[in-house]
Amino acid sequence: MRVVLAEDLFLLRDGLVRLLEAHDFEIAAAVESGPELARALAELEPDVAVVDVRLPPTHTDEGLQCALQARRERPGLPVLVLSQHVEQLYARELLADGSGGVGYLLKDRVFDAEQFVDAVRRVAAGGTAMDPQVIQQLLARRSGDDRPLARLTPRELEVMELMAQGRSNAAIAAKLVVTERAIAKHTANIFAKLGLEVSDDDNRRVLAVLAYLDHGR
Amino acid sequence: MTTDMKSRDGRTRGMAKGAARGLGLALVSLPCAVLCFTLSLVSIALIPIGIGIVTTPYVLTGVRTFANRRRVLAAEWGGVRIPPAYRPIPKDANPWARTFGMLRDPATWRDLGWLPVDMTAGFTTALLPAVLLLYPLEGFALAVGLWRVMPDGYWYGFVPVSDQTSALGAGVLALALLFLAHFAAPRVLDAHYRLTRAVLGSNQGELAERVRVLTETRRDAVDTSAAELRRIERDLHDGAQARLVAVGMDLGTIEALLDKDPAKAKELIAQARRSSVEALSELRELVRGIHPPVLAERGLGDAVRALALRLPVATEVSVELPGRAEAPVESAAYFAVSEVLTNAVKHSGADRIWVDLHHAEGHLRATVTDNGKGGAVIGAGSGLTGVERRLGTFDGVLAVSSPAGGPTMVTVEIPCALS
Repeated sequence: MRVVLAEDLFLLRDGLVRLLEAHDFEIAAAVESGPELARALAELEPDVAVVDVRLPPTHTDEGLQCALQARRERPGLPVLVLSQHVEQLYARELLADGSGGVGYLLKDRVFDAEQFVDAVRRVAAGGTAMDPQVIQQLLARRSGDDRPLARLTPRELEVMELMAQGRSNAAIAAKLVVTERAIAKHTANIFAKLGLEVSDDDNRRVLAVLAYLDHGR
Repeated sequence: MTTDMKSRDGRTRGMAKGAARGLGLALVSLPCAVLCFTLSLVSIALIPIGIGIVTTPYVLTGVRTFANRRRVLAAEWGGVRIPPAYRPIPKDANPWARTFGMLRDPATWRDLGWLPVDMTAGFTTALLPAVLLLYPLEGFALAVGLWRVMPDGYWYGFVPVSDQTSALGAGVLALALLFLAHFAAPRVLDAHYRLTRAVLGSNQGELAERVRVLTETRRDAVDTSAAELRRIERDLHDGAQARLVAVGMDLGTIEALLDKDPAKAKELIAQARRSSVEALSELRELVRGIHPPVLAERGLGDAVRALALRLPVATEVSVELPGRAEAPVESAAYFAVSEVLTNAVKHSGADRIWVDLHHAEGHLRATVTDNGKGGAVIGAGSGLTGVERRLGTFDGVLAVSSPAGGPTMVTVEIPCALS
């Protein structure tokens, strides 16, 4: 699997390259600035891009803008955005086209190599990887005035949180140490209580939950 | 009756004193003003050939001494205060620096502009009270017999004096003039001092007020940033720094345990990772409090949008900013809006908040409106007092409209340009 990596701090870039290579990814390019990233994304056609939000030369959200632009040109291009901080605002922009293949994680998540690599693979496969903090922010904001959400049991909330992060039923089951069938039952309950259409497609399901949390739909 | 007489008495004495002072002022200051003005012109004109560079500081110092003397007199005699506003000239400066230092001082040019006015209008107004007093005396003298020695066709005012009858007429006119002088003389002299102040004085009142405000806001700014630095130091010391020490210690222990007790080492590795995650999240919160990353990455509009998304209350944000303000202004505006929003969420009981950001007429304006119960005030330990003080550094203002029962509207305005 070919990866384009954009990170301006040498230590982190180096660490990410080693981490990804250790997990059998092929690093097509490891760049350190916005323009280089744009060129690499256009020319190398990677399977997935791992991008830091803040990049030179502007040190603003150059990385994010590059990623969004590349996805406009190549819809569905899998992009995993990393940042020192997560903002719902950015998550919303990344999810806006509704085509999946998007990840948005705190850099801290790299500490857990297995989970991080899992997230990269998921995004590359067209799935979603949202940082738990984004989901918690969404939930905190909606919990105040959202009746359907209040009807979920604590367990169902827990399942929904993990689902919104983009995890598959199997992964959720492993994490909560229950069977996959139990998770499927929870999922059905959640969708019924929130009035969402049930879908067999994992990714469509994740996007539906995220959209519900963000806009109440 | 007694007071009335006393005041009349006082006025008469005031008239005499005023006339005497005015006469003295007029007679002394006219030659001085002419001399100062001529010397200044000559000295400045001689600057190109070098002589002026040496003489100008002395001449201008003379002008200042004269002007200062007049300031003192205006204060003592007329009760009109004209504070001097000269820039200090370093004592050991060379003639060149002194000359141009003085010439660059607007107060010097105010002095030089005042001299011609003082020679003419100032002279007239200073002399007039004396004239108004002395001329009637001549009239009385004419009436009691002076008319005899006057040549034929002598006019006193508009009365031609040729015999006793017309001389008596002159006396009547003199009486009328004296009566007039009784009222007018003090006012004319007062007008003289006011004229002096108008030309010689700077708009000191405004400046003094501005200086007072600047001193106060500067002190607030220093206090606030010192307190912030103390808070950051404490947070780092007790938080991230301590956690990194713990991680370091854990790593040391892990090294020692790696062979002896791999299970225990693994446990410690997990602990070290937890510590580093916690340190990072503490640093993140700290950074957010110093300068929110979204503000740096996206500017004020999106930073406030991101902030609104974190609030537990439904918040609508509308932004109309054609550019970005300077970083300190953006930061001040952001924290002001943030504090106002926090206040609204905590105290208003509102279930909707509207934020409007726009720039018009050289001002950045942020309006936060909520549909809560109102009653918000600046002061009494509310967060709004702190906001007001911090905005002061940028000449920003905070206005609160919050009738009991709501709605509350808080407006923050900061003068700035967008780029």
